[in-house]
Amino acid sequence: MYPGVVALDGVSLAIGAGEVVGLVGENGAGKSTLMNVLGGVSAPTSGAIHVDGMERASLSVAGASAAGIAFVHQELSLFDNLDAAANAFIGREPLYGGPLKLIDRAMLRDLARPYFDALGVDFAPETLVGELSIAQRQLLEIAKALSLNARLVIMDEPTSSLTLAETGRLMRVIADLKAKGVSVIFISHRLNELAQCADRVVVLRDGVLVGELAKAEITHAHMIRMMIGRDLKALYTEPAAPPGEAVLEIVDARTQAYPERPVCLSLRRGEILGLAGLVGAGRTELARAIFGIDRLRGGSLTLDGAPIDVASPRDAIALGIFLAPEDRKRCGLLLDDSICENILLGNLAHYAAGGLVQDARARENAERQKARLGIRAPDVGVDVNALSGGNQQKVVLAKWLTMRPRVLICDEPTRGVDVGAKNEIYAMLRALADAGVAILMISSDMEEVIGVSDKIAVMHEGAISGLLERSAFSEQSVLRLAVGQAAN
Amino acid sequence: MIKKDAGLLVLILVVGAVVATINPLFISPINMANTANLIGLFGIFSIGQAFVIITGGIELSVGSVIALLGVLFVDLLVNYAVPWPLALLLMLALGMAIGLAHGLLVTRLHLQPFIVTLCGLLIYRGAARFYTADATAGFVFGVSFPNLEWLATGRAFGVPHSLIALIVIACVMWVVLHRSVFGRYLYAVGKNEEAARYSGIRTTRVIVASYVICGALTAISAIFFAMYTRSISPSSHGNFYELYAIAASVLGGFSLRGGEGSIVGVVLGTILLQILQNLVNLLGIPSSLNFAVMGSVILIGVLADTQFAAFRKRRAGLLAR
Repeated sequence: MYPGVVALDGVSLAIGAGEVVGLVGENGAGKSTLMNVLGGVSAPTSGAIHVDGMERASLSVAGASAAGIAFVHQELSLFDNLDAAANAFIGREPLYGGPLKLIDRAMLRDLARPYFDALGVDFAPETLVGELSIAQRQLLEIAKALSLNARLVIMDEPTSSLTLAETGRLMRVIADLKAKGVSVIFISHRLNELAQCADRVVVLRDGVLVGELAKAEITHAHMIRMMIGRDLKALYTEPAAPPGEAVLEIVDARTQAYPERPVCLSLRRGEILGLAGLVGAGRTELARAIFGIDRLRGGSLTLDGAPIDVASPRDAIALGIFLAPEDRKRCGLLLDDSICENILLGNLAHYAAGGLVQDARARENAERQKARLGIRAPDVGVDVNALSGGNQQKVVLAKWLTMRPRVLICDEPTRGVDVGAKNEIYAMLRALADAGVAILMISSDMEEVIGVSDKIAVMHEGAISGLLERSAFSEQSVLRLAVGQAAN
Repeated sequence: MIKKDAGLLVLILVVGAVVATINPLFISPINMANTANLIGLFGIFSIGQAFVIITGGIELSVGSVIALLGVLFVDLLVNYAVPWPLALLLMLALGMAIGLAHGLLVTRLHLQPFIVTLCGLLIYRGAARFYTADATAGFVFGVSFPNLEWLATGRAFGVPHSLIALIVIACVMWVVLHRSVFGRYLYAVGKNEEAARYSGIRTTRVIVASYVICGALTAISAIFFAMYTRSISPSSHGNFYELYAIAASVLGGFSLRGGEGSIVGVVLGTILLQILQNLVNLLGIPSSLNFAVMGSVILIGVLADTQFAAFRKRRAGLLAR
């Protein structure tokens, strides 16, 4: 799959019935390859797979599902134009009798409903998948795996886009599965969840199984040390100077999602403002409106005290307001274009004379950005889709760093990014803040919000439900505000 | 990209050599000049089509526009005695206006390019036929426009002016597509319109511009065609020309999904198509099989290309191991 790379090197793993095994490792450690071997997507060059004591050299995709192995994919594999129930039972639809084999839609919904209820989803089985949020789709994927009556469910970062409440429900579902004797392999970058649900955690590094932690030993420090072979520094770094004056003032801004709920926020020079909240609280919509993707429904923005009108991303960019979007692949990158093109896309005019791009100068600058951000690739001519999530995110950031940012909005900056690259991105955000940029970091990752922000604003149903200073940071305080309870 | 173009060039040379061996008439000066003229005529609007295809769109009205502008041009010259440079500018403006309308319908009203331009195909054909009451528009015997005729159908050192026009246009458009900021934006919009917008590119303008460019180039070739045929029967003039342009682009390595392709590719694609047409005549293949030959070669070409790509990928994989 990855030419020239030994993705897995002599890994052995046994999973008992009703066991929940956490699997951690940095991106590129071999997790996906191991899962592909189990799912029948790729065959091992040596070794064997035993299912209920039966030895096989490899599994086919059909063989894997016959053996009761089900996947919850990280890259969602759903059909936008079908409803939720039809997606869950795709290829297994209940049919009316008769020669036409029409689908019994009522039956389909009845079949799907119990699985949806078990997960406590907030959408109806007849909702079109195209209308679901990323988090809702993730839950649907899980429901689909549950409905297959699998004996081993493999979940590849199932919580990366779930809210805390949804994650909590998923934890209960995993406990239920376990009680029924179903085994679970749980891949996650969120170490808290592993500590909560796993019976043991196995750690992969560079294709080798470097260790295994029993339930009692599952702690952050243990896991992280094994994953990257070194201790992580404490996440938070002090800013070089106390925050300066307000750069961007958001006054009574109202967005499409919550036109009745005005938002006031102030982003200050040199400060990382975390924006926490549940998925659907209106954070992404606020970011989109500030960046000019959607028009504000009301309210105003001022930059350095002067009112500004942002009608398009182009206006925002001209003012030095940049957005690293949540959906990196859809909105942030030209996947089948080179690193160089991606980095310079927003700023091509500066590398042009008389409308013609000066390639040598452009490339040189891209190389400089690549070195500065530590993007791991042989050169800037490599296509972005060959990079890992962390490196892709660095490319998105590099695009903005070639220009002078005054305000940088990062929407879920480390989604799908491995631990090592996460820390590099945090360090980069801090360095930018120290250089005088005002940063708004939207994040659903509690560790990240608390560990990186200088100040946290929490959104609940379209309005700011509270502001927390560093001394008041705690998971509880953020969570309380996120569900709409006032701060004490 | 360059490998692809080289492959196509080799194919053209091989086909040419085979045809020349079987029938030496192929390389006779008369036949070469004829084919070159046709390459020029078809190449100009194919480049226009290529710009639209790069953005992920398609322009199906090319043939009808060539018919409509053709009858209008001839009518202005013959029946209204409009000076030909003015008529030429008017046609250019009308072609660009049609492109602008298509672009705005696609971007502002969010209609699919296929639908917008399919309607255009029907409307302009109907308009052309209605305008002349289905009669053939042509130059009256004895009336002549020596300067215009020399420009459109003359030769310099034996090279038809239409081919020279194609070469000039191709060079300009090569710079625009492959070297200018606007060209990069075209590719970016074709690859991922949303990401292009998030990068501050005015995607609407870029897409509209591609249709306007297509309209302008189509207008230029409409005039070349009018002068070449000298009589225009509005129900058949330019029929299927949009498909020639799309075929040339596809042969030249364009993806109909957008974001891929080169000027060299579409020009080579046009050359191959015209040689195929010529080959049907020279090798005594029944001319009714004309389209079938073209279709088969395109199919084989695209198949070979995908197979080669898969092969190269496999080999790269093996070498890396």
